[in-house]
Amino acid sequence: MAGLSLDLIALQLFAGLALGAIYVLFAIGLSLIFGMLTVVNFAHGAFYMVGAYVGLYLISIGGNFWICLVAVPIAIGLFGLAVERVLIRPLYGRGIDYPLLLTFGLSYVMVECVRIAFGKTGYPFDTPEVLQGAVDIGVGYFPLYRLFVIGATAVVLLALWLFLEKTSFGLIIRAGARDPQIVRVLGVDVSRVWLIVFGIGTAIAGFAGLLAAPLQGVIPEMGGTILAEAFVVTVVGGMGSIGGAVLAGLLVGVVVSMTSLFAPEMAKVSIFALMAIVLIVRPQGFFGRAGLMS
Amino acid sequence: MTETTQSIKQPRATTGGWYEFATRHRASIVAAVILIFPLVMPFTALAVNILIYGLYALGFNLVFGYLGLLSFGHAALFGTGAYLCGIAIVHFGWPWYAAIAAGIAGGLLMALLIGVLAIRTRGIYFAMVTMALSQCVYYLFYQAVDLTGGENGLRGINVRTIDLFGLRIDFINPMVRYYVIAAFVIAAFFVMSRILASPFGAVIEAVRENEMRARASGYDVTLTRLLTFVLSGGFCGLAGALQALHLSIVPIEILHYETSGLVVMIALLGGMGTFFGPMVGAAVFLVLENIVSVWTVHWQLIVGAIFIACVLFFPAGIWGTLIARGKR
Repeated sequence: MAGLSLDLIALQLFAGLALGAIYVLFAIGLSLIFGMLTVVNFAHGAFYMVGAYVGLYLISIGGNFWICLVAVPIAIGLFGLAVERVLIRPLYGRGIDYPLLLTFGLSYVMVECVRIAFGKTGYPFDTPEVLQGAVDIGVGYFPLYRLFVIGATAVVLLALWLFLEKTSFGLIIRAGARDPQIVRVLGVDVSRVWLIVFGIGTAIAGFAGLLAAPLQGVIPEMGGTILAEAFVVTVVGGMGSIGGAVLAGLLVGVVVSMTSLFAPEMAKVSIFALMAIVLIVRPQGFFGRAGLMS
Repeated sequence: MTETTQSIKQPRATTGGWYEFATRHRASIVAAVILIFPLVMPFTALAVNILIYGLYALGFNLVFGYLGLLSFGHAALFGTGAYLCGIAIVHFGWPWYAAIAAGIAGGLLMALLIGVLAIRTRGIYFAMVTMALSQCVYYLFYQAVDLTGGENGLRGINVRTIDLFGLRIDFINPMVRYYVIAAFVIAAFFVMSRILASPFGAVIEAVRENEMRARASGYDVTLTRLLTFVLSGGFCGLAGALQALHLSIVPIEILHYETSGLVVMIALLGGMGTFFGPMVGAAVFLVLENIVSVWTVHWQLIVGAIFIACVLFFPAGIWGTLIARGKR
C-alpha cells in the first residue's frame, strides 16, 4: 500500500468513470426498452457484441473508426427494429416472462451466428491512431481513448435527453412509458413508438459494444458478462429510470476500478455486494418508484 | 397423496380417462419409466444425464412452473450442490452418502442466501437479481482455488464402490451407476409429488394464481416464496451432487449462467408447471443435442431457434400441449 498516492487514486477514479460510461450506455438502452415496453431484453448483450463485430468487419474492409461510430448504431438499430417487429411484437399481452425468454433464445442464435462468421476465438481491436497515447489531466497521464469514451457517452446522453425532453416524439415516448392506454386513446400508434424505442435501445447497445472493443478486444461471449453486470446497474439505479442508470453505471464502474486497486481478487464480486446492499436497504433502487419492486 | 387434497387440487380430474390416472399415480409412473428407460436409450451415459438434468429441471420447475417466479440463477444451486459433494469427498474424505447430504445441504443453504435477497424483488426483477447473484457465486467459487480447483474444476471425486448395508456395489459399471442414481431421482420425484399434493403445495399455486387473494386469505406470501425457493434448492443440490459423483469432476462451467439458461429451456420445452414436463424436456433436449451434435458443432444455433419457436408457438411445452389435447 506504500506506493498508493492520491494521484493514483484519482487516476483510478477516472478509469472507473470510463468503464462506468460503457455500463451507462448499456444500461440506458436496457432501461429505455424496459421503461417503455416492459421487456427485459436478455439479448441486449448480444446486440452489444454484434455492434463490436460489425465495427471489426467494417474496419477490415477498409472503413475507419469514425465511419463505424455512425454506421454501427444504424446497422444494429435497424436489426433491432426487425427483431421487435418480427419476434417480440407477437408476444405483447402474453405475460411479462415471454419476451424475456424469447430474447434469451435469440442471444444464443446471435452468438452462434457470430461464431460461425468470425470463429470462436476473439480478436484484438486497434485503438484508432488519433486516440492513441495519453494526455496529462493534472493528476497524471491518462489514456486518451478512455477520455474519448467518457466524452462520447456524454454526447449520446445529451442527445438522448434533448430527444426525450425537447421533441414532440420524445413527449409521446415519455407519455407512453407512463400510460400506454391513454396514449393509444389519444390516437397515437403506440406499437410504432415501441418499435422505434426498441431500435434506439439496441442502437445504443451496438454503439457501446463498439466503444468497448478497443478497451477489451472482441469475443463472441463478451455480451454475457456485461449483461449480468448491467442488471446490477439497473437494480441499483432503479429499473426504467434513465437518471438512475447513469448514476448507478458510473458508481459501478468506480467501485470495480477502486476494488481492483485495493483488493484485485474482489473486483468481480464487489459489484454484486453493492447490489446486495442496495436490495437490503432500498429494494427499489436509487430512483425507482417505491412499490414497483415489492 | 390423499384423496381429499387431490380433489381440491385437481377439480378437473372428474373428466376421467388417462389424465386422471396419470395424475393420481404420477410418481409411480415416473419410477416405472425411469426403471426401463436405459433399455431403450442408445447408451447409458445419456440416460444418466437425462436423469440428472430431469431432476435439476424438476427442482427449477417448482419455482418457475408452480410458484410462477422465473429464476435465472439456478446454476448457483445446482453448482453449489456439486461442489459441496465433491469437496466433502476430495478434501474431507467423507463417504458417498454423507457427501450427497452435503450437496443437498449446500443447495438448500445457497437457495436461502440467494432467496433472502431476491425475494425482496418480484416479477421481472427476480430473473435479473437471481442471474446477477449466481454470477457472483460463480466468481466466488472461481477464486477459491484451494477448495474448488478454480478454472481447472474440482478433480478426483473417485467413488468406485458404494457400500450399502454390507453390500459392495460396483459404481463403475454404467448400468449399476444408472440404477443407483435412479434410486435417488425416483425418491426425489416421490417427495416432490408429496409436496405438491400437500396443503402447502396448494398455497404455492395460490400465490402464483393470485398473490393478493392468497395474502387476503392469511397466507404469508413472502415466506411461501422463500420456502419454495429453498426447497427447490434442495432438489437442485441433490441433482448437482449426483452430477459430481457421475462425472467424478466438477467443472467451473457448472456455475456459468448458461447452466441456468439450460434448465429454463428444458423446463419450457417440457412444459412448465406440469409434473412430467421436466423429465420429458430433459429427455427430448438431451437426445436432440446428441443427434444434432453428430452433424454440426453449432448446436447452440439450433437450440436457440427451437427455443424461440417454443416461446412463440408452444408456450405450454411438449407435455403441456399433450395435456391440453388429452383433456379435450
